[in-house]
Amino acid sequence: MEILMLLIPLSVLLVLGIGALFWWSVGNGQFDDLDGPGQRVLTDDDSPPAGPPGP
Amino acid sequence: MGPEMTSSSATLPLPNALPSATRSGAAAVAAPTFNYRVVRQFTIMTIVWGIVGMLVGVIIAAQLLWPALNFDIPWLSYGRLRPLHTNAVIFAFGGSALFASSYYCVQRTCQARLFSDHLAAFTFWGWNLVIVLAAITLPMGITSSKEYAELEWPIDILITVVWVSYAIVFFGTIARRRTPHIYVANWFFGAFVITIALLHVVNSAALPISLTSWKSYSAYPGVQDAMIQWWYGHNAVGFFLTAGFLGMMYYFVPKQAGRPIYSYRLSVVHFWSLIFLYMWAGPHHLHYTALPDWTQSLGMVFSLILLAPSWGGMINGMMTLSGAWHKLREDPILKFLIVSLSFYGMSTFEGPMMSIKTVNALSHYTDWTIGHVHSGALGWVAFISIGSMYYLLPRMFGKTQMWSVRLITVHFWIATIGVVLYIAAMWIAGVMQGLMWRATNADGTLTYAFVESVKATYPFYAIRLLGGLMFFSGMLVMAYNSVRTISGATPYDAPIPPASSTPVHA
Repeated sequence: MEILMLLIPLSVLLVLGIGALFWWSVGNGQFDDLDGPGQRVLTDDDSPPAGPPGP
Repeated sequence: MGPEMTSSSATLPLPNALPSATRSGAAAVAAPTFNYRVVRQFTIMTIVWGIVGMLVGVIIAAQLLWPALNFDIPWLSYGRLRPLHTNAVIFAFGGSALFASSYYCVQRTCQARLFSDHLAAFTFWGWNLVIVLAAITLPMGITSSKEYAELEWPIDILITVVWVSYAIVFFGTIARRRTPHIYVANWFFGAFVITIALLHVVNSAALPISLTSWKSYSAYPGVQDAMIQWWYGHNAVGFFLTAGFLGMMYYFVPKQAGRPIYSYRLSVVHFWSLIFLYMWAGPHHLHYTALPDWTQSLGMVFSLILLAPSWGGMINGMMTLSGAWHKLREDPILKFLIVSLSFYGMSTFEGPMMSIKTVNALSHYTDWTIGHVHSGALGWVAFISIGSMYYLLPRMFGKTQMWSVRLITVHFWIATIGVVLYIAAMWIAGVMQGLMWRATNADGTLTYAFVESVKATYPFYAIRLLGGLMFFSGMLVMAYNSVRTISGATPYDAPIPPASSTPVHA
C-alpha cells in the first residue's frame, strides 16, 4: 500500500491548510457576529422590479 | 463603518438615482450590474442537461428490463451508455446547477460583480465543451474505466483548465466583496471548488500511450489505483454532490422561506466539521477487497462519524421553517427544497449504515447501492437543484415567478412519487439479491444460481423504470414551464445596490 505514502501526507497537508484557514477566519472576525450574517442574506432584495424591465 | 454611514446618508439621493434609472431603462449603460448572463446560461443548461442525462438513465433502465433495446449497436450498449448517464447527470446537470447557483450566491452575498466576465464566459463554454466531448467519446468506448472519472486525458486537461478558471472567478469575487463577512454558503462552494481540483488532478494522473492517442494508463498500479480511485470517488460524492449542494441549500432555503437559517452558529460548525472529517471515508467502497483490512475499518469509522455533521446540517436547514411550516403548503419551490433535505438526511443515515462491514457484506454489489445513490442523487441533489433553478430562472428574466406555479406543484408530486418508487424497488431488489447470493444448502452448496437472482429482480426493474420515467416526465414539465416563462421576456441584469443600501450591523 505504497499509495498511502502519498494519500496520508496529502491529507495531513490538507488538514493543516484547513486549520490555517480556520485560524485566519477567527482572526479576521468572521465569527464575531453569528446572528447578523443570517439576517443580512434576507435584507439583500433580489426580487426584480415590479414592472417589465428595460424598454 | 461609523463615518461611512453618516456620510452616506448625506449623499443618499445621488447613488439612489442610478438604480431607479436602470429600472426605467434609460441609463442602463451607466449603472453597474451583476453578471446574470453566465448564471442565466448555466440555469438553462441545467434543465437541458437534466433532461438529456435522465433520458439516458431511462434508456439504460429499460435495457436492463429488455436487453434487446441496445439493438446490437455498440454505441448504444449498456456498458457505454451507463457512464454517459452518470457523467451527464452528475457533471452536466449537477455541475451546471452548481455553477449557476454559486455564481449567483457569491455575487449577491458579496455585493460585487463576478471577478472576470471573460473567464466566467470561458467556464460556461469550456464546461459545455467537456460535456459534448463526453457525449461523443463515451459511446465510442473511449474511457479510462475509472468510475465517475471515465473521460480520457485530453478532456481531463480541459476540465483542469476550466476548473482553475472557475476558482479564479469565484475566489476573485470573494476577494473584491463589499461585505466584510463571507457568508457560509460561499465557504461550502469554496471548499467544493478547491477539493474537486485536488481530487481530479491526483486521480486523473495518467500516461497516454502517445500524444496522438486517446488511450492512457493510470499512473497507479493495481490496488493502489483502486485506493486512489475511491479516495477520489467518495470525496467527489462528499464535495461535489454534498458540499456544493449544501452551499446551494444555505442560500436558497433561507431566501425562498424568507427566514434566516435556523442557527447560523450551527452552519459554521457544520462546515468546519464536515471538511475536517470527510477525506477518509473512501475505503468503504472497497470492503472485502485486496485493500488492507485496517484501511477498510478506518474508512468505515470515518463514514460513521460523518453522520453527525450531516444530520446537523439537515436539521439546520429544515428548522429554518420552524414557526412557518404553513409556507410549505402553498409554496412548491419550498416543497422541493425541504423534501431534498429529508432525502439528504435519509441517505446520510443510509450511507454510514451501509459502510458498516457486516451490512456491506449484504449490500455490496447489489441494487441496494443503486437505490442509495439515487436517493441521494434524485432526492437530494436533483430536488435542491430543481428548487434553486425555479428560484433563479424567473429572476434571470426580470420576473417574480415562474409562468405556472401549479405546474411546479405537478412537477413536485410526479418527481416525489418517482423517487419513492425508484428507491423502494431498488432496496427490495438489493436486499433480496444479497440474501439469495449468500443462501446455502445444508451440504454447503449455493441455494440459488446467479441467474435466478436476476430473474427475481425483473419486476423491480420494471418498477424502477416507472419511477425513472416519472422523474424524467417531471423534468419535461419543468422545461415546458421554463419555455413559457422565458418566451417574450428579455434577459435581466440586476443593478448592484449602492454601498449605502448595503445593510451594516455594526
